[in-house]
Amino acid sequence: MNQREFMDEHNHEHHHVQERGELRILSARAGADVAAEAPLAKHALDLAAVRGKLQARAGKQYWRTLEELAEDPHFTELLQREFPRQAPSEWDEGVDRRDFLKLMAASLAFAGLSGCGLPPRENIVPYVKQPEGLVLGKPLFFATVMPFGADAIGLLVESHEGRPTKIEGNPDHPSSLGGTNAFAQASVLDLYDPDRAQLTTNFGDMRSWSQFLDSAQAAAAAIKSTEGAGFRILTGTITSPLLAEEIQGLLKLYPKAKWHQWEPAVSDGGREGAKLAFGRYLNTVYRVEKADVILSLDSDFLAVGPGNVRYMKEFFRRRKLTGPDSEMNRLYVVEPTPTVTGATADHRLPLRASDVELFARALAAKLGLGGGASLPGAEKWIAAVAADLQKHRGSSLVVAGEQQGAEVHALAHAINAALGNSGVTVYQTEPVEAQPVNHLQSITELCADMDAGKVDTLIIFGTNPIYTAPHDFDFATKITKVRNTIRVSTHFDETAEYSQWHIAESHFLETWGDARAFDGTLSVIQPLIAPLYATHSAREVLAAFSDKPGVSDYDALRDRLKAANSGADFEKFWRKTLNDGVVANSAFTPVAGAAKFSADSLPPAKTIPADQLEFIFRPDPSIYDGRFANNGWLQELPKPVTKLVWDNAALVSSKTSEKLDLAHKAASRGGEHGQIYSPVVDVSLSNSKVTAAAWTLPGQADGVVVLPLGYGRTHAGYTGTNRGFNAYAVRVSSALFTATGGTLKKTDAEYSLACTQYHFNMEGRKILASGTLEEYKKNPNFAHEEDEQPDKSVSLYKPQDFPYAPDKPAWAMAIDLSSCNGCNACVVACQSENNIPVVGKDQVMRGREMHWIRIDRYYTHTPSETDGGHSGDPSEYSPALDNPETFFQPVPCQQCENAPCEQVCPVGATVHSSEGLNDMVYNRCIGTRYCSNNCPYKVRRFNFLRFQDWETPQFKLLRNPEVTVRSRGVMEKCTYCVQRISNVRIEAEKQNRAIRDGEIVTACESACPAEAIVFGDQNDPNSRVSKLKAQQRNYTILGELNARPRTTYLAAVRNPNPEMEKA
Amino acid sequence: MSVAQPPINHPEIRRLEPVLAPGHTYETVTATISDVVIKRPLGLGWFAGFTLAFTFLMVLTVAVAWLIIKGVGIWGINVPIGWGFAIVNFVWWIGIGHAGTLISAILFLLNQKWRTSINRFAEAMTLFAVACAGIFPLIHTGRPWMAYYMFPYPSTMGIWPQFRSPLIWDVFAVSTYGTVSLLFWFVGLIPDLATLRDRAPHKWQQMIFGALAMGWRGSARHWHRYQSAYMLLAGLATPLVLSVHTVVSFDFSIAIVPGWHTTIFPPYFVAGAIYSGFAMVLTIAIPLRKAYGLEDFITMRHLENMAKVMLATGLIVAYGYFFEFFMAEYSGNKFDVFLVDQRLHGPYSPYYFALILCNILTPQLLWIQKVRRNIAALFVMSLIINTGMWLERFVIVVISLTRDFMPSAWGRYSATVWDYATFAGTLGLFTTLLFLFCRALPAIAMAEMRELVAHTSKDHD
Amino acid sequence: MFLVCGCIPESFGGHYRVTVDPAKLLIACEEPASAAILVVRGGTIKRNELMPQLFHRSANSAARISILAVVILATLGLTVVFGGVRSPNFTNQYLIRNQPIQFSHKHHVGDDGIDCRYCHTSVEVSATAGIPPTRTCMNCHSVLYNNVGYLAPVRESYSTDTSIQWVKVHRLADYVYFNHSIHVNKGIGCSTCHGQVNQMPLMFQANTLQMQWCLDCHRNPEQNLREKKDIFNMDWKPGPDQAEKGKLLAAQYNIRGVRELTSCSTCHR
Repeated sequence: MNQREFMDEHNHEHHHVQERGELRILSARAGADVAAEAPLAKHALDLAAVRGKLQARAGKQYWRTLEELAEDPHFTELLQREFPRQAPSEWDEGVDRRDFLKLMAASLAFAGLSGCGLPPRENIVPYVKQPEGLVLGKPLFFATVMPFGADAIGLLVESHEGRPTKIEGNPDHPSSLGGTNAFAQASVLDLYDPDRAQLTTNFGDMRSWSQFLDSAQAAAAAIKSTEGAGFRILTGTITSPLLAEEIQGLLKLYPKAKWHQWEPAVSDGGREGAKLAFGRYLNTVYRVEKADVILSLDSDFLAVGPGNVRYMKEFFRRRKLTGPDSEMNRLYVVEPTPTVTGATADHRLPLRASDVELFARALAAKLGLGGGASLPGAEKWIAAVAADLQKHRGSSLVVAGEQQGAEVHALAHAINAALGNSGVTVYQTEPVEAQPVNHLQSITELCADMDAGKVDTLIIFGTNPIYTAPHDFDFATKITKVRNTIRVSTHFDETAEYSQWHIAESHFLETWGDARAFDGTLSVIQPLIAPLYATHSAREVLAAFSDKPGVSDYDALRDRLKAANSGADFEKFWRKTLNDGVVANSAFTPVAGAAKFSADSLPPAKTIPADQLEFIFRPDPSIYDGRFANNGWLQELPKPVTKLVWDNAALVSSKTSEKLDLAHKAASRGGEHGQIYSPVVDVSLSNSKVTAAAWTLPGQADGVVVLPLGYGRTHAGYTGTNRGFNAYAVRVSSALFTATGGTLKKTDAEYSLACTQYHFNMEGRKILASGTLEEYKKNPNFAHEEDEQPDKSVSLYKPQDFPYAPDKPAWAMAIDLSSCNGCNACVVACQSENNIPVVGKDQVMRGREMHWIRIDRYYTHTPSETDGGHSGDPSEYSPALDNPETFFQPVPCQQCENAPCEQVCPVGATVHSSEGLNDMVYNRCIGTRYCSNNCPYKVRRFNFLRFQDWETPQFKLLRNPEVTVRSRGVMEKCTYCVQRISNVRIEAEKQNRAIRDGEIVTACESACPAEAIVFGDQNDPNSRVSKLKAQQRNYTILGELNARPRTTYLAAVRNPNPEMEKA
Repeated sequence: MSVAQPPINHPEIRRLEPVLAPGHTYETVTATISDVVIKRPLGLGWFAGFTLAFTFLMVLTVAVAWLIIKGVGIWGINVPIGWGFAIVNFVWWIGIGHAGTLISAILFLLNQKWRTSINRFAEAMTLFAVACAGIFPLIHTGRPWMAYYMFPYPSTMGIWPQFRSPLIWDVFAVSTYGTVSLLFWFVGLIPDLATLRDRAPHKWQQMIFGALAMGWRGSARHWHRYQSAYMLLAGLATPLVLSVHTVVSFDFSIAIVPGWHTTIFPPYFVAGAIYSGFAMVLTIAIPLRKAYGLEDFITMRHLENMAKVMLATGLIVAYGYFFEFFMAEYSGNKFDVFLVDQRLHGPYSPYYFALILCNILTPQLLWIQKVRRNIAALFVMSLIINTGMWLERFVIVVISLTRDFMPSAWGRYSATVWDYATFAGTLGLFTTLLFLFCRALPAIAMAEMRELVAHTSKDHD
Repeated sequence: MFLVCGCIPESFGGHYRVTVDPAKLLIACEEPASAAILVVRGGTIKRNELMPQLFHRSANSAARISILAVVILATLGLTVVFGGVRSPNFTNQYLIRNQPIQFSHKHHVGDDGIDCRYCHTSVEVSATAGIPPTRTCMNCHSVLYNNVGYLAPVRESYSTDTSIQWVKVHRLADYVYFNHSIHVNKGIGCSTCHGQVNQMPLMFQANTLQMQWCLDCHRNPEQNLREKKDIFNMDWKPGPDQAEKGKLLAAQYNIRGVRELTSCSTCHR
């Protein structure tokens, strides 16, 4: 990453390029231009031309103008994109030119026995003036941050000749520490999303930016005259000081103007809870690493919410075992529906969301915080937890969930204070949000004002109210009463439909800006590439209404930082900030003052009769509140626990499912992984209805129905539109996260869901070994009970068939199952690094997903059918499924030394490298699929159709030039990121030195926030991987097959509370 | 059919009914058989049948074209189940392709006279079956133009195929088998082609048959060489009959997939092949003799003998099934045990029971002579067995793959319309070729039949 | 022993079994004429005339030749195919492509003696040698030949800030990941692959660039190893002592073993 020193100049380059408002891309491959990038470069020019032409004309003529323009091929392509993009479908294309060419190629090959015809004429398009510090063919890394809710994840973005291609975590950034999550990994795909809005429009007509500026200034004059009485700004949560400053500036300029905020997936509980406990809004930061005992009150803090990546790192650092004598932290989770946090828990108690508050009260009571509440049924549990917490005063931690109410948060604060955790494992800071407000109140006011016709001009960005606002607000009708709505968003979405102006918003990889992380750390967002289209940042739009419009983000940002850091050499500070990705020690300092809160002050808790169903709304684990709906990687990412893709479903517990007869069944297509028929249910709730597919979810609290948010969008784009059902449709302001009084009615209809892993038990096979810390201490070798690992010599193929010199590196991987909670970061990282295509729901239903690394989910303690137990079908009820112990196992290619796939390939397309890699040679593969049949781990993936999108220029920019883009009929699989190995090896060889341990980091390893995956040289006894493999927990999947995988696993160890066992 | 009279003293013929109905002279034999080719007008039935078959052949071309355009994704295969109909059909057709050579070669070497009247079209059937089978290895990758990678040729890549892979063995086994069968068949045809040349009414027919007859005059030297050549080819073909399906079975037994990885496969595949082969011969022989009045040549004796062979091989196959179970349970290998359990209780158990019904239970009726001598029953039986053998391949290839080692990766298979189209298409190809064959070439070896006449007439004197 | 004659006319009702003294018969059968005479039935001999010839006599020789022809044609065909894919027509070896500018390596390298790295700056550090930006050309041509017509495209590119579109000469398939820097750093000189560029007025591909050609070296690198000082020397030729010299250099550069160099993932990803 030494290239980062050059970055500053490079930014200037970007800056200037940006000023010139055009785009420069060089080669995807060494010096040679990939022909298709030219048109894109032209796009930008076309837009300029279009703008020019349009400006020359008056409003009435626009459509005619468009028709005139339509002859221009680039422009037509710009406007129309019919071909399948992220999700190619099987039948929608007939014999087109490409197919015809394929046939030609076939005949040619027959004729010439060559396998390829004459090479196409390729051009080399060098720079005119090459940016300094750019070495062709070498990627550069730039530090930036991805703003997300009340957090910003620090990133290092890999850039190939100006194309951001891969996201890595920034080790110097407190919210990342080098790790990332699935959202961050997938954000680069959003940048290249072909469905992004590409220009400014007014009621759908194209407008130039300057035209918008003019109208904005005109509006501004009017607003000024009324002191901004009718001027409103609606945003999501904002942690960017720059943006906030801009808004505050406007509010100062127009005193009567108002700023509203609406974040649909996060409750006000956190803020209000802090208010209850501390008297004002405060931000809570956890020091998970310092906690020995953690209790989560319906909090998925390891997967979502501010600081989740950081917390994951810290949490799992406390679960690394070096030997039987090492210790672990302990996690209790109380939650209504299984999350990755719950799946990691040593003790998990399924409770209805509304009962979580009762639990908190009862616990508080037990800990002597007043309020003699109790929770029938869970007393023992509570007693044990209370005891454990007491035992670890000052080293315990209670975390309240983002969707829980103020009371729970307040109680959590109180308990932490009472346990002396404040200041140790948890502390408060000034709010990270630029202006913390009660979002529900805020949007309620806005709606009232709109209804009363008080709103004249409304700017909306960072949130999508038409889609996400509570349906009782009927935002859609009210917004029509606003004269002038300006919508700033990356896509022409639901809200844009109802707005007069739509400003295409730049992606965070295209703009200058700043953002605060969960602990207040300030970072600069620096662009990796000039805007691909005529897009602008929200700040520019706001500025347009201010008294100094047209100030570029770059200047505004620098001015702000200058002002904030007067004195010191600014340029030096600027360079350092950009280089590190953080403004040095800008984290907020803890605020003094413990929680002043007693459970007695609480009003009596409202309880729901047990027979009533409880409906809860949760952000979807893959596409969150819907903002990632058009991201193919995330859509096709199996949701951690359900393993569903491309859809959401109404999740019900095994018992409820049995009661309402909601069992689903595997279809003959794909079956156990693929198509599942699930019954369709009518959900009627808060005088509204929605139809959803039901899904039985073991471990869900009985009587709870989860309605995941984020699906059923109508204007998401090609990928995300009309997928799943829209849970917002039955969500009202009075019951934002927990609703009752609704009904769930089974219909006769069936709906096909795509599920990548249906069967959940291991059929008594040696696949995932797990135990408790006690067992481990008693018998460190527990992972090898009834092991059947045959002797190395047992093989038809003599050792000399695959000799691995002890002095040369032997690449290997160790995956610590104690550290994996199935968060999926590795899956997306792999997809991004290795140009893995998205295949679409239909293909997944046929069992053809392409992920090179999959995460298997198993429920243990459920005897398999062969031992007279459960069939492994989650919709068949068994008491074991009320609260099963859940484990996750990432399965990449096992890189067997004695690989079954290699012996059967007729053309030698998969063979061993000298370093023990199981090489897959795409250009040699003819596609017999024999290797896949013979792979016991089923990690091989086949391009049954042309899954790759060869047309869309944006995706050509996205691809990693270091990895071959596979075409139809070719087998592929995990390569241990051989491209990274090769590049490091080449550098090492040039310096005539050995490769250092940790110098090669695979994509999955670097993404993993839990540091569960470790890659290295197993011939080097001091390498991290050798040390892990030396542990007794180390075992191989299905060792008896004697395939001798290089990928081995460390048995999962949980740390349950012995007291609890007794209880 | 007529009873043998006057009393024949030939021991074999006295014991059994004749392989050629008495009263036939060289002339009648030659005429009846050759007239089918050169005299008899193309009947309506033939046209109807041919059109139907040809339609299916066209379905095949469409299916294959679409496959080449889109890729194997148009089939039902997925990741646990990498091989579907294509391989099932391949194995099935290859199996069928066994009977011909077995009848011609092995029975010839064993000097079984009764083979004479059925060997010609049995061989033809073999060739056509091998042709159908040959299509699949080529197309099942979806990129047939890459197939040449499988051959050892001086490539500019400086690398060779991977000879440890059974698929490479297949390439050689199948192509050799195809070639030898073709030669064997053609050599057998030569004297008859000459006969046709001499009897053909039109000049163009004479020219064609003449060219194919390669100047056969029937001189003693011709006969002498012909017979040694035929004998040699028979010798060559015999081991191939066993080797081909053995090699095909290696495709499975070499792999580690439970349900594939078993040493019983070679013998059990060969037996199964002969089983299905004879079934197919019956399926063809019965309508053929009816349509062209060849009952005198393909007598009840033939049919019954074939029924017996089916019964025998069927029992061998049953033995194979039994030992699949026995070995699984006996070895105690948990994957094998699980597999056989799946065969019986898994989601695909109906297929398994159907196959047991078709291949083991129904054929037991052949113990009864009445059934063996009932033409309709035999015909139905042969169809049932063909179905059964196809199911067997489906069970082995597909079902073993659905649930192998990693429960998390288990899947299911359902064929798409293109799978069925391709299968039906090959049936079309097969029948089209048969229709053409039975009108373009003598379906029964005339020369050899005349030898039978010789035997019978010798007894006259 | 019996035989059946194939050439009896229909009028006699087809084929007859003939049982006579083999010796005589054999003579008789030597020529068809006499064969036709010997027709026996029930001990009586009948005469008959020959049927007309179907084919001309030459058909026989034609048939014999055709067998030979098949063999010859097959060999010929294979030779053409296997030779063809190795021929320049197929590999584009020696093919000179039209470039926007008639750039002469002979002039710049041979006559002016400009070092490769002046333009191909990243050859020692990166996978790609790098094609010079227009600015590099202008370093000299802003003063030298700064108004000649054939350099107009260069000046235009520089002034209008649009790239010159060169046509690629050395094209490797996209699945081949060739890295210049490692070769240059491990004793493989430019001319080994690119030929004597200093003698090429117009650039062309000097080698087949086929996998076989790559492997020739990867399987036996010693033959092409040179000392550091000779890497950019266009006129370097392996000396008579290359064999042992190569071994020494291989040790000195510590070149990886053949097994390592010929692992698929060395070049394919």
